[in-house]
Amino acid sequence: MLEIHDLSLSVSIQGQLVEAVSAVSLTLEPGRVLGLVGESGCGKSLTAQAVLRLGEYQGVTRTQGDILLDGQSIFSMPDESLRRMRGGKVAMVFQEPMTALNPVFSIGSQLIEVIRLHLDLDKAQARTRALSLLGDVGLQDAEMLLRQYPNALSGGMRQRVLIAMAMAADPDYIIADEPTTALDVSVQKRIIALLRGLQRERGLGLMLVTHDFGLVAEMCDDVAVMYAGQIVESGPVASIFDRPAHPYTRALMACRPEVGEVGEALQVIPGQVPAPGNWAKGCRFAPRCELVRDDCQLAVPAAERWHDGAHAARCLHVPEAS
Amino acid sequence: MNRPVLQAHGIGKVFSAEGMFRAIGKDKHAVADVSFDLHAGETLAIVGESGSGKSTTARLVMRLLEPSAGRVFWDGEEVTALSAHALRPMRRHIQMVFQDPFASLNPRMRIWQSVAEGLRVHQPDLSRQERRDRVAEALDICGLDESGMDRYPHQFSGGQRQRIGIARALIIEPKVLVLDEPVSALDVSVQAQILNLLKDIQDKRGLAYLFISHDLSVVRHMAGRISVMFGGRVVEQGKAADVFAAPMHPYTEALLQARPIAHPAERTQAATSKGADEGLAETGCAFRTRCAYTREDCAGFDNVLQHDTVACLHPLHQQK
Ligand SMILES: Nc1ncnc2c1ncn2[C@@H]1O[C@H](COP(=O)(O)OP(=O)(O)OP(=O)(O)O)[C@@H](O)[C@H]1O
Ligand SMILES: Nc1ncnc2c1ncn2[C@@H]1O[C@H](COP(=O)(O)OP(=O)(O)OP(=O)(O)O)[C@@H](O)[C@H]1O
Ligand SMILES: [Mg+2]
Ligand SMILES: [Mg+2]
Repeated sequence: MLEIHDLSLSVSIQGQLVEAVSAVSLTLEPGRVLGLVGESGCGKSLTAQAVLRLGEYQGVTRTQGDILLDGQSIFSMPDESLRRMRGGKVAMVFQEPMTALNPVFSIGSQLIEVIRLHLDLDKAQARTRALSLLGDVGLQDAEMLLRQYPNALSGGMRQRVLIAMAMAADPDYIIADEPTTALDVSVQKRIIALLRGLQRERGLGLMLVTHDFGLVAEMCDDVAVMYAGQIVESGPVASIFDRPAHPYTRALMACRPEVGEVGEALQVIPGQVPAPGNWAKGCRFAPRCELVRDDCQLAVPAAERWHDGAHAARCLHVPEAS
Repeated sequence: MNRPVLQAHGIGKVFSAEGMFRAIGKDKHAVADVSFDLHAGETLAIVGESGSGKSTTARLVMRLLEPSAGRVFWDGEEVTALSAHALRPMRRHIQMVFQDPFASLNPRMRIWQSVAEGLRVHQPDLSRQERRDRVAEALDICGLDESGMDRYPHQFSGGQRQRIGIARALIIEPKVLVLDEPVSALDVSVQAQILNLLKDIQDKRGLAYLFISHDLSVVRHMAGRISVMFGGRVVEQGKAADVFAAPMHPYTEALLQARPIAHPAERTQAATSKGADEGLAETGCAFRTRCAYTREDCAGFDNVLQHDTVACLHPLHQQK
């Protein structure tokens, strides 16, 4: 089990520590898929990267909370265990492929290195595994691909190489940050089928950071919606789709382009996500909320239980369940 | 009609297998025989699966890559053979938003400097303060706070970086914007804001867009015309409304049918589809090994567009 407990993170902006993620708690169980959604800049990637303690290299500081991997805090892990965990027990698919691929090494050498770092295989065995992983993610000409450098790959090919790399060491958990943004629907369906297979057969736990509600509908068991560094709503996927409770979640779902009419302006949530440091005092969404009332600016809403035990929303005025 | 602001005449790109790949590799025909005209105020979308040659086409018309064949025209002027140096002053005409925003921003440059780069080249008379003001304005219309101007790329989120790329392309007010998956990293709300913004600017300034996207719901919203690419070639092109309503190429039909689901209840057990793993046919119609309607004569097809509309011997709908 992977548990994020009351985690707060600060980033450094012009020498000042500013809170960017506030008291986030999430649980990822083996064999389950947890979706993390929310507008650009609300803290999804910071949260996801914290699971591998990657933010530390970018000036991100943990100010409270903990992350437990099978009961053990990742913050008290010795460096060696941490290194083995990354890519071994817990693997990450990065949002922008070129941040994770090294342009001066071939795809083969990078993929084989990950495999050999974590699995006890010789070079030839690792190479065979690399070939089969590339085939699994739907890449043609895997032999040729192993010899190529990242620059010779299209955007969607790079993204699939990253997915193959994440699966390389048979991890227990994959944290995938927007893993399919460059993929057309049919390739995406293939990746979905592949991940579902791993989830069913090997009990893979998947945390899926995405803005794609189609992907959420396909894959997720549970969904957490983030806004301005906080989880504002969470619950089982069907319940979130059928009965979104938080005005933010409702507004977000109304913006889907397939909802709008061709030729008309697409629906938007007016305004923008406030940057860390500029959050409202009470409810952070209040300044953009259509249903805002006086008390929203004052009280800090707790994550209230709503509708049923598992579905919660951080809003003082959750609409009546219908 | 006015002359097109951007034209591609039979452009192609072969990446040759070099050095140690020579022995094992074959030349890669990433793009072959692609032609289109783009007029002011118009949006042409390029759609197609991963690896079909969309970004390569974009880089060819931007003259960031040397074409192996064909000719490129900006505002009626041929630029195919011009050197990078000769192109530099002309780049004000056409700008590009790249698919991978992180890779396209210099990690050691502050955001405002990256965004202002085009201004330095094309409007060298502006003072530093004027440039900063223009950057603030460009960031603002892309939904980014000007307080971020002095920060570095790694201090932004993925979607923020994508918007920085759009601000950088818009700032010098080009006539043509080549957008390679410009909103793929954006959530639905910010995506809608950016798409509305792009439409707005187009209405006001008559900007032309070459719009690359794999998201058909986005394309449907943005594009007047569509070119569908498969295996480096255009297999169908036409008015967006016609292509969506009555696709002629079996690949286009397959592309349109592969819709994401809208609700978890629509999940099916076997989410696999015959498709991408089949690859391209080496001879004849490149799509024939994946085509539901393939016939014997498809093995002899030369993949050339018929009547400038569809590259198929047995189109699904009659031509209009
Ligand atoms: N290393 C950093 N230093 C300073 N600020 C940062 C850093 N990383 C992220 N931020 C800021 O923290 C906020 C949250 O960033 P994060 O990358 O988590 O967003 P996100 O939800 O993943 O967005 P997107 O959907 O655009 O990827 C943003 O406002 C971003 O600018
Ligand atoms: N520099 C290069 N050297 C060799 N092959 C290349 C190079 N650049 C692109 N290719 C190949 O050309 C083909 C087309 O790539 P391109 O980037 O144009 O695809 P795309 O349609 O943009 O795909 P995606 O949707 O995945 O971004 C791919 O097979 C790719 O591997
Ligand atoms: Mg992110
Ligand atoms: Mg591309």
